[in-house]
Amino acid sequence: MIFSLDLLINAVVSGILIGGFYAAVTSGVSLSFGILDIVNIAHPAFIILGSYIAYIVNANLGIDPILTSIAVMPAFYVLGSGIYQVYYVSFEKRGQESLRGLAFFFGLLFITEVTLVLYFGVDYRYVEASYIGAAWHFAMLDIPFRILVPCLVSLLLIAALQIFLTRTFVGRAIMAVAQDQLALRLMAVDPIKIKRIAFGISIATASLAGAFLIIIQPVEPSVGREYIGRIFAICVLGGMGSLPGTVIAAMLIGIVESLTSTFYGPSWAPAVSFGFLLLTLAVRPAGLLGR
Amino acid sequence: MTVRTPVFLLVWLVISAAVFAGSLALGNDYIFFAGYVVLQYVVLGTAWNILGGYCGYVNFGSAAFFALGAYSSVAIYKLITENDFYRMPIPVLMLIGGLVSGVVGFGMGYLTLRLRGAFFAIATLALAVVLQTLVVNWDFVGGSRGAYIIRPEQIEPIGNYIRYLFLLMMVLAVAGITIARLIEHSRLGYGFASIRDDELAAEAAGVPTLRLKLIATTISGALMGMAGAPFPYYIGYLQPSSTFGLDYAVNSIAMPLIGGTTSWVGPLIGALLLGSLQQIATVTISSAVNLLIVGCLLVIFVIIAPNGIVGLVHTYLQRKPEDFVGRRRVEAEMPGRVP
Repeated sequence: MIFSLDLLINAVVSGILIGGFYAAVTSGVSLSFGILDIVNIAHPAFIILGSYIAYIVNANLGIDPILTSIAVMPAFYVLGSGIYQVYYVSFEKRGQESLRGLAFFFGLLFITEVTLVLYFGVDYRYVEASYIGAAWHFAMLDIPFRILVPCLVSLLLIAALQIFLTRTFVGRAIMAVAQDQLALRLMAVDPIKIKRIAFGISIATASLAGAFLIIIQPVEPSVGREYIGRIFAICVLGGMGSLPGTVIAAMLIGIVESLTSTFYGPSWAPAVSFGFLLLTLAVRPAGLLGR
Repeated sequence: MTVRTPVFLLVWLVISAAVFAGSLALGNDYIFFAGYVVLQYVVLGTAWNILGGYCGYVNFGSAAFFALGAYSSVAIYKLITENDFYRMPIPVLMLIGGLVSGVVGFGMGYLTLRLRGAFFAIATLALAVVLQTLVVNWDFVGGSRGAYIIRPEQIEPIGNYIRYLFLLMMVLAVAGITIARLIEHSRLGYGFASIRDDELAAEAAGVPTLRLKLIATTISGALMGMAGAPFPYYIGYLQPSSTFGLDYAVNSIAMPLIGGTTSWVGPLIGALLLGSLQQIATVTISSAVNLLIVGCLLVIFVIIAPNGIVGLVHTYLQRKPEDFVGRRRVEAEMPGRVP
């Protein structure tokens, strides 16, 4: 392989941009798995659901996918709260979240995927928007807007989440519910309600992440599976529940994946995140910015 | 009440022989095609349950372990046909597949089981993706194009080759449930149960939890690999995306959870019921719909019947005789008092 500075710089930059998108994909899991300790492996399924909603609206009405997803966020929030309620009543309350709770989310993942396959088939779907296809050209850099736009909106989303978690009452209650439920109850806050809100928000981010996904790449129902390893690798690497850690870890994995696919071929990229996951678990389970 | 293991094994061998003879008598080889898949799920479900049901650790990577077994057979097949020497018998392939999957299971367990349970589950989920990446990039076993295996048409004493595969899978299924039952009634099984109920307390009481968990992942992975090893010979054309498919993972989780996870009976019942249901649904409706049915059943069962069919039957049986005996005693002591 001939080493080329041109390729290297482009790979790093696109890795950082893709990393921004990964951060949005992971932020929901950082909330649910990192803070609430709910192992929501069905998260990618909700992201794909978001993608398909963006696709349907875009194909029929031509509305921008990101705008659609923002409009759909409340519905996703309600869906998330509902799922948490079922999860709480059926598993958390009975202390069975480790085995049956996991199986429950796995079942949800599977049902969503199969339903999408039944309705839409396994064809790749994509959206159309003015910025898809356009790009910025600097000296030797190519920055496609289809990656830049999701990255920027994603960073905005994470900044907003971070401010919400650290500055508002509900946000701080969400951080507190992870540490000490009893203490929270003594402050006259219902921990279940707080968890329900947090899980709702976590699913709401999936709507936006779904729109980003379908802007960046064509989507078919089983694409979400590739993201499971990636999401949890980023979440663990960043330090459970730390949003700044998530962003750093996402960009790190984005860069390494991008370098791998540039210099070794794209079919090797999925193995990168798994390597990171195992390495983190073996060496530093607390992650980069772990508490 | 409790039957001794040799007797148990003998009973099941007799049952299997009867099933095999019955299928032969029907004279339709489709029975063997469908039955092979059901038996394969009996093995997968039982193997999953050894780790999931007994220890309480969820393995989402059943497909990966299964595919490891299948692909180790393909690799050996390619090695042999390309060098043109001895054709390896399938039981040996099964042992090799089991060995490969067992080793991978041990390695995965060693890296992730020292941490909280969820990490193991996530790692197994990611394992499937990575192994698929490896296989797709490995041209020797066919890469993403898939690999063809030419199986012999006939085998000497029993005729059609599918009958031979069916017989092998049946033996493996009997071996699987015997191992599961053996574990259940041994020190190992009690150790597993203590991990499932309260790992911290078990650790404090001197149970070597990590070692036991590693034993469980290794046995469970090895059984899955053994179930996968004859698969290329069954299907004839092995392709990564279907071999690593989510349906193996979801089935091997759904079957024990629907049957009941605490004993060897659960996965067996679950696999027989769900496996046959799927075979029928695949023929009559469509294969996508039957997967949807499995997913929905899984979710419904984990919410409504946490201990599966076995649990439902158990509570039903337990309630009735007690009421009955209690009533009779009262009736005997105070005649005429009980309506």
